[in-house]
Amino acid sequence: MTDQHELATTTVAEPIPDPGLPEHLPRPTDVDPAAEKRAERQVATLFGLSSIFALLTCVAYFTIDGDDTFLDMGAQNVAFGGLLGGALLCIGFGAIQWSRKLMSDHEIVEYRHSASSPEEDRTEAVAAFETGLADSGIARRSLVRNSLLGALATLGLPGIVFLRDLGPLPGDTLAHTVWKKGMRVVQDVDGAEIKPSDMVIGQLVNAEPAIFFEENAEGEPEIHGAELQAAKAKAAVILVRMHPNDIKPAKGRENWGVDGILCYSKICTHVGCPISLWEQQTHHLLCPCHQSTFDLADNGKVVFGPAGRHLPQLPLAVDDEGYLIATSDFTEPVGPSYWERNRSDLT
Amino acid sequence: MRLTRKISARLSAHRRSRFAGPAVLLVALLTTGGLYVALSPASAEKTADSTSEIAKGKALFLVGCASCHGKNGEGILTERGNQYGPSLAGVGAAAVDFQVGTGRMPMAQPGSQALRKRVVYTQDEIDALGAFVASLAPGPSVPAADEYEAKTDDPEAVSRGGEFFRTNCTACHNFAGSGGALPQGKFAPSLVGVSEKHLFEAMLTGPQQMPVFSNEVLSPQDKQDIISYLKKNEDTPSYGGFTLGSIGPVAEGMFAWLTLAVVVGAGIWITSQTARSKKTKKGDVA
Amino acid sequence: MSATASTNGTSPAARKKANPAGAVATWADERLGLATATKKQIRKVFPDHWSFMLGEIALWSFVVLLLTGVFLTLWFKPSMGEVVYNGSYDQLRGIEMSEAYASTLHISFDVRGGLLMRQMHHWAAMLFIAAMLVHLMRVFLTGAFRKPRELNWLIGGLLLLLGILEGFAGYSLPDDLLSGTGLRIADGLVKATPVLGSYMSFFMFGGEFPGDVIIPRLYIAHVLLIPGLLIALIGAHMLLLVFHKHTQWPGPGRTEQNVVGYPMMPVYAAKAGGFFFIVFGVIALMGGLMTINPVWRFGPYNPAEVTAGSQPDWYMGIAEGLLRIMPGWETHIFGITISWNVFLPGQIAPIALLGVVLAYPFIEQWVTGDKREHHLLQRPRNAPTRTAFLAAMISLYGLLWAAGGNDIIATTFKLNLNHITYFMRAAIFVIPPLVFILAKRWCISLQRHDNDVLLHGYETGIIMRDAEGGYSERHLPISEDRAYTLTARQRDVVYTGANGTDANGVSAPKARLDRLRAKASHAWFADNVQKPTAEKLEEGHHHAELEHDHQAPLEGHAADGHQFDGHHDVDGETLRH
Repeated sequence: MTDQHELATTTVAEPIPDPGLPEHLPRPTDVDPAAEKRAERQVATLFGLSSIFALLTCVAYFTIDGDDTFLDMGAQNVAFGGLLGGALLCIGFGAIQWSRKLMSDHEIVEYRHSASSPEEDRTEAVAAFETGLADSGIARRSLVRNSLLGALATLGLPGIVFLRDLGPLPGDTLAHTVWKKGMRVVQDVDGAEIKPSDMVIGQLVNAEPAIFFEENAEGEPEIHGAELQAAKAKAAVILVRMHPNDIKPAKGRENWGVDGILCYSKICTHVGCPISLWEQQTHHLLCPCHQSTFDLADNGKVVFGPAGRHLPQLPLAVDDEGYLIATSDFTEPVGPSYWERNRSDLT
Repeated sequence: MRLTRKISARLSAHRRSRFAGPAVLLVALLTTGGLYVALSPASAEKTADSTSEIAKGKALFLVGCASCHGKNGEGILTERGNQYGPSLAGVGAAAVDFQVGTGRMPMAQPGSQALRKRVVYTQDEIDALGAFVASLAPGPSVPAADEYEAKTDDPEAVSRGGEFFRTNCTACHNFAGSGGALPQGKFAPSLVGVSEKHLFEAMLTGPQQMPVFSNEVLSPQDKQDIISYLKKNEDTPSYGGFTLGSIGPVAEGMFAWLTLAVVVGAGIWITSQTARSKKTKKGDVA
Repeated sequence: MSATASTNGTSPAARKKANPAGAVATWADERLGLATATKKQIRKVFPDHWSFMLGEIALWSFVVLLLTGVFLTLWFKPSMGEVVYNGSYDQLRGIEMSEAYASTLHISFDVRGGLLMRQMHHWAAMLFIAAMLVHLMRVFLTGAFRKPRELNWLIGGLLLLLGILEGFAGYSLPDDLLSGTGLRIADGLVKATPVLGSYMSFFMFGGEFPGDVIIPRLYIAHVLLIPGLLIALIGAHMLLLVFHKHTQWPGPGRTEQNVVGYPMMPVYAAKAGGFFFIVFGVIALMGGLMTINPVWRFGPYNPAEVTAGSQPDWYMGIAEGLLRIMPGWETHIFGITISWNVFLPGQIAPIALLGVVLAYPFIEQWVTGDKREHHLLQRPRNAPTRTAFLAAMISLYGLLWAAGGNDIIATTFKLNLNHITYFMRAAIFVIPPLVFILAKRWCISLQRHDNDVLLHGYETGIIMRDAEGGYSERHLPISEDRAYTLTARQRDVVYTGANGTDANGVSAPKARLDRLRAKASHAWFADNVQKPTAEKLEEGHHHAELEHDHQAPLEGHAADGHQFDGHHDVDGETLRH
């Protein structure tokens, strides 16, 4: 079949014979000494300019200050980049001009050879290889061969096992956050505690659990560093206040808000970006990463975009001093989905 | 979605009215402002000449605003009970100063959001309008200059403002305050070049879709720090060269491809045929 | 160089004493045998065409990446340990941040030229991957991946993949708000892996996201592991290029058996070297004039913060677009969760895309059954199906890319964000097939045009009026060189199945495969226009000559105004000087 195919393509004669390489035409620089001199000067000028640019770059390094500006841009960066770029481009253009105008432009021909080795080389190689193989006896001594294969395969195990300590096992870490009953909901950045009366309808507060701002007996933060970052990546929340009549709480969530104030996880259920683009009139919350949109008046239901699950809600109450607190941890894992995550509270 | 559809249904029912849009949009101002009742900072010296100010404001209001918001700013409902122009009771002078002072009000035509445009009232007129609206019911007043003026020389205020900015503002307005997209054709506007007072008032009153950041939670000090940070950024040169719009990697990718086109152009030049001499090789000079 | 030292040499060293460079060369040759290895390479021929420079852009960008990257490593601290920033950028002074971020700020503001190097590094990375992609498209369109170059195609595909991974690792290193958001999304993608997701995430981040090991880990991948692989594969790529010799465009004197062009030394060396400096210079200008990744404006990473317009670099744009337009499908069953909304666009789609790219040469080879070596390039029009496939892929890529920036498009063009997403969801299924059909028909009509030009000559633009008063446009034959170039391509043969038309005598599964191959071959080639045969061409020329004779010559020669523009020669006519 392939033979047939090749036959078909090779038997039809080429309609036009190869006229051969066209005649070489000279360039002005090949025949006109003045043009040649001119090109030479041009190339040398470019190389000379390059040296000047390079020197100017050094001058700029020592004379331009980090605060100097040029057209409201950082003068240092613009000067370094511009001058260095000039130096490099001049060399580039010079070299190209040299090759185009002054170097010989006679095209030369080189012959190709098939990528494959000649038949005798192949035979020789195969024979050599087989001699070696026979010498080793790997075909005959199956016990040696198989035990070696076994040993090599087993050696892979420590290779994998040694990677075990890359990280701890997840366990149920992803299902919990630092929120717990009675923890105050405070404003992010300064840890200001919040009373329901502090919030007006249409208000958004980017909030955190109070523990992030607490100090231990030695006056050091309770949680800090990587631990704080990891805790924040799950526990960040937003507080919003809507008109109580606009809220349609799901069954069992009637008491999760305080006077129209609701608290939702700030971590998108799609791939985990923190969301706080809240439209106070539509009550929609938009994620700036992939545009999942959640309706905070309707239990954080997904109304648009790639998220597959509603936004988890944190049940709220007011403590004895009148500050907003959580009444429990989130009742479901926050953030992106993962295999062993159980069905959500809703839908 | 359902809510949006409802809004658009309302809008289409009153298509002929140029003021259907503001009606929808100002619902929020009504409701948000209402909660400021307790905060009205009406001071003694203001009340002295306030009567004439309020009268002037009322006169302006009747001409420019009452057709949507009602003669006493009570709001207008359509026959079917929909909000035509929201009540302004309790929105306070700050909301008036922001909305009218940035040209968003009076609204030219209904749209997904009131756009910033040429300001049609003088500052005196805006103040009078604000005094009138504030007289309807107490609401947040226009902040004093020392509350909002940027302190770009105070490094602590600037860096603290940056933290508040990144936590509360960048999600919508982007890292450089260049603005960003919101659902259904709405957008968070650019903050570059917005006056300090209007920045403060926007946070305080939450115009349109923007949430409110009340003084009780995000204190006036916090707001001033945010303003200091923004103004400091405006004073800072663009260290890396042209900013490419400060909108992030999309613009950078575009410029990378444009530059690649330039470099490919250089490649075309390098491999192109050079000019050929008309003279023949043997110096066949005619 | 003493005489005793050169006893092993093939020629006495003493003769070259006059030239110090020669002496060095001799010294080296006696130890390395360089002369034998390089004697053929020094004048190695490289054909000249602009499209052969695209891979070079990628190569030179990579060199710039190495140079600027080394500079950056002198100050960068790949640590997530917390420090309080105390450098010269006012807006962040006194804020707690990771050492990685602080050292990036230090490089940007307190190391002179550091910002330039950072920006050049980033721009070079953008160019590197863009140039690789364009180079890949060139190789694809011209059929340069055919035997014997399939392995080099695979290496190229791996280079592109590694380049993208390298870019993502680099994007994540400064630990600014944008890079942290990127890692957060990567974490979400990893977690969506069936069964192993949360384990993989915990192993990757050394515990819960973000942990404090991901940046050191990505750093070593970014500066050692991936660049090492890149250098090795680039080396293999270049060696194979030298071994196979470069492909060339067909033309007079350019055949499957030769390669025509300029010698490596000096012309190609000067051109390639010059191009390196041009690429380097352009990147320096970009670094100097165009802000890229202004990390100081993003702030340190904080898992509770995000910025509008959070995007990856352009080369991750299609994955981003897929993630954005994917509907929110998630299955909850037996207490487990399968997030199709992340797993399909984030893992399956990129792997599938890469698979198609890598497998293409082999698929095409199976359909054509073509086992010959190919060193002459095909014009894109002469492989209509392949060209149309790439056009469709480009349109798909472009749509997904645009979908990845839908928020920026919405604000820039005042469009509705949601509508763009809905549009894209449909468009990625509708537009690429349309583009395919359009591109294929376009190619075929271009093939027809080529045949017309061959048979009837080119359109002169001269309108002739005949004796009856009718008008016709004058056609003149094209030059022999051009005619040869147009016909220097192979005829496509539609495979019709084993033993002619049926599959008798072939075992069942093989027969089915054979029929599939026949079908594919039909779809691939049946509509293509083949070049005219010698007889057809003769006939066409004869016809044209008659017509030519028919048209009244002016003053004894064809006064068509084209004598001197290279379209054709007219005997006895030379330019009057």
